[in-house]
Parts: sequence; structure tokens; C-alpha cells
Amino acid sequence: MNRRHLLATAAASTTLPFAAPRAQGAATLRIGVLTDMSGPYRDPTGPGSVAATQQAVAEFAQRLGVQAEVLQADHQNRPDVGANIARQWYDQGVDVVLDVPTSSVALAISQIAREKNKLFLNSGAATSDLTGPACSPNTIHWTYDTYMLAKGTGAATVRTGGDTWFFITADYAFGHALQRDTATFVERGGGRVLGAARYPFPATTDFSSFLVQAQASRAKVLGLANAGTDTTNCIKQAKEFGLTRNMRIAGLLMSFAEVHSLGLETAEGLLLTEAFYWNLNDRTRAFAARVQPRLPNRAMPTQIQAGCYSATIHYLKAAAAMGVAAAKADARAVVERMKATETDDDAFGPGRIRQDGRKIHPTFLFQVKAPRESRGAWDYYNLVATNPAEEAFRPMAEGNCPLVRG
Amino acid sequence: MDDIFGIPAPLLFGQLLLGLINGAFYALLSLGLAVIFGMLNVINFTHGAQFMLGAFVAWLLLNFLGLGYWWALLLAPIIVGAFGVVLERTMISRLYKLDHLYGLLLTFGVGLIIEGLVRNEFGSSGLPYRIPAELSGAWDLGFMFMPIYRGWVVVVALVACIATWLVIEKTKIGSYLRAATENPALVQAFGINVPRMMTLTYGAGVALAAFAGVLAAPIYSVNPQMGSNLIIIVFAVVVIGGMGSILGSVVTGFGLGIIEGLTKVFWPEASATVIFVVMAIVLLTRPAGLFGRA
Amino acid sequence: MAAPGGFEGTDFKQEAPAFLGFTRTQLIAFGVMCAVLLVAPFFLYPVFLMKVLCFALFACAFNLLIGYVGLLSFGHAAYFGMGGYLAGHAAKVWGLPPELSILVGGLTGAVLGLVIGWIAIRRQGIYFAMITLAFAQMVYFFCVQAPFTGGEDGIQSIPRGSLFGVIPLNSDFTMYWFTAAIFLIGFLFIHRVIHSPFGMVLKSVRENEPRATSLGYRTDDYKLVAFVLSAALSGVAGGLKSIVFGIATLTDVFWTMSGEVVLMSLVGGLGTIFGPVVGAAVIITMQNYLAEFGAWVTVIQGVIFVLCVLAFRRGIVGEIGNWLRVRL
Repeated sequence: MNRRHLLATAAASTTLPFAAPRAQGAATLRIGVLTDMSGPYRDPTGPGSVAATQQAVAEFAQRLGVQAEVLQADHQNRPDVGANIARQWYDQGVDVVLDVPTSSVALAISQIAREKNKLFLNSGAATSDLTGPACSPNTIHWTYDTYMLAKGTGAATVRTGGDTWFFITADYAFGHALQRDTATFVERGGGRVLGAARYPFPATTDFSSFLVQAQASRAKVLGLANAGTDTTNCIKQAKEFGLTRNMRIAGLLMSFAEVHSLGLETAEGLLLTEAFYWNLNDRTRAFAARVQPRLPNRAMPTQIQAGCYSATIHYLKAAAAMGVAAAKADARAVVERMKATETDDDAFGPGRIRQDGRKIHPTFLFQVKAPRESRGAWDYYNLVATNPAEEAFRPMAEGNCPLVRG
Repeated sequence: MDDIFGIPAPLLFGQLLLGLINGAFYALLSLGLAVIFGMLNVINFTHGAQFMLGAFVAWLLLNFLGLGYWWALLLAPIIVGAFGVVLERTMISRLYKLDHLYGLLLTFGVGLIIEGLVRNEFGSSGLPYRIPAELSGAWDLGFMFMPIYRGWVVVVALVACIATWLVIEKTKIGSYLRAATENPALVQAFGINVPRMMTLTYGAGVALAAFAGVLAAPIYSVNPQMGSNLIIIVFAVVVIGGMGSILGSVVTGFGLGIIEGLTKVFWPEASATVIFVVMAIVLLTRPAGLFGRA
Repeated sequence: MAAPGGFEGTDFKQEAPAFLGFTRTQLIAFGVMCAVLLVAPFFLYPVFLMKVLCFALFACAFNLLIGYVGLLSFGHAAYFGMGGYLAGHAAKVWGLPPELSILVGGLTGAVLGLVIGWIAIRRQGIYFAMITLAFAQMVYFFCVQAPFTGGEDGIQSIPRGSLFGVIPLNSDFTMYWFTAAIFLIGFLFIHRVIHSPFGMVLKSVRENEPRATSLGYRTDDYKLVAFVLSAALSGVAGGLKSIVFGIATLTDVFWTMSGEVVLMSLVGGLGTIFGPVVGAAVIITMQNYLAEFGAWVTVIQGVIFVLCVLAFRRGIVGEIGNWLRVRL
């Protein structure tokens, strides 16, 4: 973060502790991108999410005849910090909180949005509870979730012969959920879980002792139920300890940004599930080419950043159709409207939003290319399989979402 | 010998070895703390930040000057040690007449500044640092696959600890140092420049932390929190060992690394807390620490 | 060797207690504080003010230990955070009303303080600081893994409930008055403790422990009671914070929180009754304005630490007191 960036955020921010909201254009839709600007999830979300949101506003606001403003803040992956910022934003005239990686922060903000009848569009968090027991009429979960990752990667790995598993799990709610969901699909596919080691999160950077346990278990697959830099550290150290000679590694929450930081040499052959890849078809390539100049280091957009783009477009369309004043007044009505209309954009193609707040679209199982297969920068994936939208996500009946009746 | 107490032998020996590696870091860091405390009566809360700086300097040397691991092992301690000297001259030396707690608060503040600045500049997700080519690869020990680099860390840490012990116990400078710890006024009266000795001692302790940081860089990814996570555990190690003797802090460091490793085999969930439990037991039975003078 | 709470060469005017153990100047300061408490919510964002009050109480509790007994605890986050967790658990799972939940938080702090304090007071000075820090880290690791804390998620959507089962606290305004009341009770309680005979013994322990021992005081018992009181009030502050914000998380048990409360007391003035309140207001305001800048907050806090220790050891209130020659 350089000084100019500091000033820019200072100018864009409004979290001053004054009681009376400052006078603001009543006709402007205010979208707050609350994301990880400095932590382990900065690369797949962070400034790129802000850029993708701004791209959506630039492309659509004028065309739809609405005014929209994009704010940003860093939640430092701490639920209390995130909840504070969101509460203050909502109290001071922000209509939508967008992105929010880190499940714990997302769950906290979903509560606040519901309490204040504001809108929460989540692209960055993994927990499938957001559309399960914790679902809300004010929340839409856009891009991916733990169930979809577990189903995509877990089931596919068992099918290709990886039928005995050992998990290394981050010892907190998200890690447990990811391990549990994946274990279900492994067992459903006829595989077995031989053991699991839980490590203290976030204090662990050396995974050697857990890797030694994994090796001693003689499982065929090492499942990594963690995220971000923990995952990349595990993979590097697994190579160092020679695990890759007789074990396959399944990174359950691996994405484009982690593959990029590992490099193809280390990541080669990994299987992973994503909802978006820039080089999927003509529309995704066109979207990527448009947004790339705005992204830090001219990276390619990740699925989470693409989700911010897609969610913003759909929100702007709904708000424009209802009229800005009505949209600002009642977020629940906006969500109803968004659920009633089909989505369509360059990043995800056609899709829809279910009653429980789950946005659905096809998901893809990718395998990371070997360095020699890669033609040019950012060319990382081979498409292995496609899960159709209706099968990729958890069926509504299994989610226990109170909004779904009968 | 397949099973020992129902635990597969490879697992047990593997964890013991890994515990020894962690112990090497505990030993190096608590040694630096003990040396500084012995001379200056200051608990150096910046120690963790200086350990982290060692790793970052190694990374910077590689990425901006193209100087690899071996140069970093030499240069990073010198650079960070020089920074320590400046810190001691400009700030810490002003506090010697006050309560020791002010030294603790000051170094805590400096630690916050360093950590915050590094996080601003490099983010908190960590930077990769490769194992030098000469030390990459692994030995197949039969019961486990032992990366050569980790073996190297244990050996080098042991050598550094023994060297420090020799300097303090067997050389003339060391004898001045021990004398000044006991009675600075008297040593000063013999014409020895005690303030300068204090400055250099602080610099040396800091350099030791930076040295450990360079050793750690290829194992843990280089990130701003790597020091603060470790330093609190090292504090517990210091309390357990007592700060009376150099040898004590080394033995305690390695010993606790091994205890931690064993806990990971028998009760992994407790591995983060076992050192603190040991600390509580030691305090209840020998309040001055295992090697401490009351 | 002056304890950190020791005042630096100030010749205080001798002032007789005027009311409730306050001197006349202190009474004026107290009046100003109450007036600010009354007026502030009409001008400032109430949630922000409540945060200041929670931390002000926390800092006052911490100051009781360092300012009046001379013990620097570097692990007060443990009592604050655990108090928050148990108060949240009580309100959410057991369905207790807010006042009882906060009481549960206070009890938690007291019990934890009793156990840790009993071990820690065996050593003094720097060792005491390191031991409390190490135990707090152990509590932190426990909270990361214990199921009831929700680990990384924390305890979320803690209900504010109704005061005495009658007055609903959902409105920020009502909640503010409740928070202000608890803060004032805590503040006056600490003031009372300091000026009781018990408090006098504590101060003698700070100034010269061997002499206090030789006068027949069992100084360890006095220190332990002070430690438990401080921990209990920290637990109350933590519980209050959970109820206000509806969330209890790992942030509140992490060692950085222990550092923050030291900073608040240091900035305001160690060993002054109003210092921690001012210090908390300053630090929280700063964090609020700088929240966007992430790690810069840490850097600035570090700089303030260094400045305070090197040049400004009396803190804001201490300097004012020194200038006016009165105890504040």
C-alpha cells in the first residue's frame, strides 16, 4: 500500500464517528467492497475485487441510467472489525456490502444486514452455512461454497483412484466444515478416510509434523482442508518431505491465485474446482481482457473477483428496474427482485438465484498444467469435467435454510 | 520395533527430530534474550521483530542485490545487529536508570513499529524463500524422509550456541562481560568502557536473532508475524530455564522443542499449550526457573 | 528504582478529600466527565462511544494493578476476552438477561485471575510481565480450539436482550445509557478501592514491598486480591463489549489486546484515576479514524509507545496534573 493509495482510501471512506449521516446524494447507490486488503486472501480478492466492481459500474451504471459509487475497506479477516465497518457503513447510507472473504466475517455481516434491512452480496466467503442454517432474505451467496468444492474435488478424486484419504485441517469452523463435507463425498464414492490432523490456526507455519503423520498413515490422497497461504505452505513442505512421491495432494480450497503464487512447477497436476476461469470461452476472455488493465500487476481476474463483477451487474439491473429510491428503501424487495430475474453476464453466463440465496451456475474441475504445456502467462488449467448448475451446489432441501418451505 | 507405546516408531522418531528443529530456534532466540538481559537488564521485546527482520533482509538481499543464502547468513546479522546498536544508543540507553519495565514497554513499541512497517510494505501473506541448492533434497533415514536443510539448521544452531558459550565463558571479553553483569561500577573503575560493552552486547544479541531469522526463512515463509508468534513461546522458555545461565537457556530450548514434538504425537491438540503448562509447573516448584538463581 | 506508577517529582498540593474520597479538583474533573457522558451521544455515533466506554473500563481495571500495585500485567486480554466469551455464551445459549451475563463475564475474569495470579505473583517485575503474557497466550490457544467459543467465527449474534427483563436494549441510545451506567459504577468502585485502607496497603507494597512485609502485611495476599479485582473488572468490560456489539471474537483474547490496554493507560497516565479513561478515548478515536489504513494503526501505536516511554512518562492526565500540581 503506497501513500497515494492511502490518500485515495481516505478520500473514499466515510467511517467517521458522527451520529448524523452526512448529507449524500439520495439518488446514488452506494456499494461498499469489504475485503482482505492486507492478509492471506488479498490476491484472490482484495484490490482486484474493488477493480472488478468498478468495472461493472463503469460498464452498466450509465447504460441503466443510475448513479453508483464504490467504497472500499479492509476487514483484516477479523469478524469484529468487519462487523464494525459494516454496521457503520449501513448506518451511514451504504446500500450494499460486497465480497467479504473469510467465513467468520461473512456470517457476522449477514446478521447485521438482516437487522438493518440492507443488502449483502457475498462472493469471497466459503461457508455453505450462508445459504443453509444461517440463510437470510438479505443475503445472496454468489460464487462458490464449501459444499460445491467438496463435491467437485472430493468426488472426482475418488473416481480417479484416490480412495484413501488423510486430512490436514485448520482447527476452526471453516476447516472442520470443509473436511466434513469432503469426507462425506469420499465415503459416498466408496473411499475411506484414514485419519486427520488438526493444526492450531492461525499460529502454524511449519506443517512438517502433520506431514509426517500423513505419511505414516499410508493414505493415497492428502486432503488440505485449509486456505490461502496455509495451503501453499503445506504443498511446498509436502514436496520437501517427499510426500509427493507416493501421495496425491488435493487442495480443497485452491484457486487461481494460489496456483499462481506456487508456480506451475510445484502445482503441476493438482485437481481443483472453480466456477470461473478466464480462458473458458469467448465471453470470459472478453471480460478478462476488459478488466485486466484495472487489476494489480495486470493479473487475470479470479473467480471471486469475477463474482463481484457479476453480482454488481445484477444488483444494478434490479435497482434500475425498481427505481433507485425504492431500491435504497427496502433491500429485501431488491433481493426478491434479483431472485425473480435470471442473471446473465460475461463472467458466468446465464444463471439464477435460488430461494435460499444461492446463486447457481456450472462449476468446473480443472487440472493444473505442467510447465511445458502452458502457452503463455496465466495459462494454467486444463478443463477436466463440467458440473451442470443444478447439480453443482447443495440441493435446497438438504441445506436446512429456514427461508425454504416445504 | 514397529510400535512404541502403540505409536508407530517412524512417527515417533520423525516427531522427535522435528521437535529438535523447533528447539534449535527456541534455543537461539532464548540465548540472545539471556545475553541481553544478563548485561542490560532489559527484556528485549523487539527480539521477535528482529528475528523477522533477519528473514526479510535475507529476502531483500536476494531479490534486490542478487545475494543468495550464504551471503545472507553473514550479512543479515551484521545489518540487523547494526540497527540494534543504533536502537540501543538512541533509545534503550536512556532508560537504564528507570524501572526495567520501561525497557520492556519501549522494545514492545519498537517491535510494533517494525512489524507494522513490514506489513505495510510486503503484506501479511508471506514471501517465498528458496532452500539453497546445496542443501536441498532429503536423506532417506528409513523411518522418515529427512530434508537436508532441516538437519543443517539443527547443526548450525548447536554450533552457534556452543560458540556463544565459549566466547562468554572462555575469552577475556567474556570475562569482562560476566564481571560487568555482577558489578558494572567496579568494572568501569578498572578502565573498561562499560557503556560501549552494553551497546555491543545488545548488537550481538540482536545479530543472533537475525541469524536465526535467516535460518528460518526457507522453512517458514517470510512473513511479518513470524517473530511475534515465536517470541511469546520463547518468553515461556526463558521463564522455565531462568535467565541465570547461557547453558541453561540452550538446554531448555532444545528440551522444550522435544517435549513439544512428543506432544504432537500423543495429543496433537495440546501441542500449542504444552510449553505453557510446563511453565506453570516449573513456577510452582522452582519459581526461579530450572537454571536460575533466585 | 521508581515503579512505573511512581509520579515523577511532582509536588502535589495537599488537598483534603471533599466528597466520596475525591479532592476538589478531582470532583470538578469527575463532573466534567459526567457532563461529557450526558451530552456526547447527541453529537457522536453512539456505537463508537460505547466502544470507548468499554475500553475505558478495561483500562481503569488494568491501571488498578500497574498504577497502584506496580505490577505490569501483559496478559489482561485473557480476562477481557474470556469475560466477553462467557458473557456472550450466557446471553445467547443460557438466555440470561444482559446484566447477569455481564456479571458472568466478571466472575469468569475473577476465577481466571485467581488461578493465573496465584502462580504469577511468585515472580516480580519483568518476569511477572512475561509470565502473564505467556498464560494469556495459553488462554488464547484454548479459545481457538474450545468448541463453545466458535473458534475463528467467534460467538456471533449475541442478543442484547432486555435489562432486568423489562427494558429492551435494541436501540443504540438505550444501550448507551446502560453502558455509561456500568462504566460509572466500575469507575467509582475502583476509586473506592484505591482510597480504602486496603488501597493504602497496596500503595505501600508498590513503594516498598520489604517494608510493607516487615510491618506485618502479607503482601502476596494483597497483591493477589488486587489482581483478582482487576481481572474481574476486565471481565466485566469484556462482557459489556460482547453485549454491545453482539459478537465475541479471538481479537479480544489475542496478545495485541494486552498491548493496547497497556498503551491506553500509558498515554492517559499510569497511576491516575482519569488517565485510563482519557487514554482509551484517544486510542479508540485514533483507531477509528485510521481503520482504513490497516497496518499503519500498528505503526502509530508503536510510535506512541516509544514517545510515551522516552519523553512523556506521565501521560496526558499526569502532565496536566503535574502542571496544576494536583492529583487527578
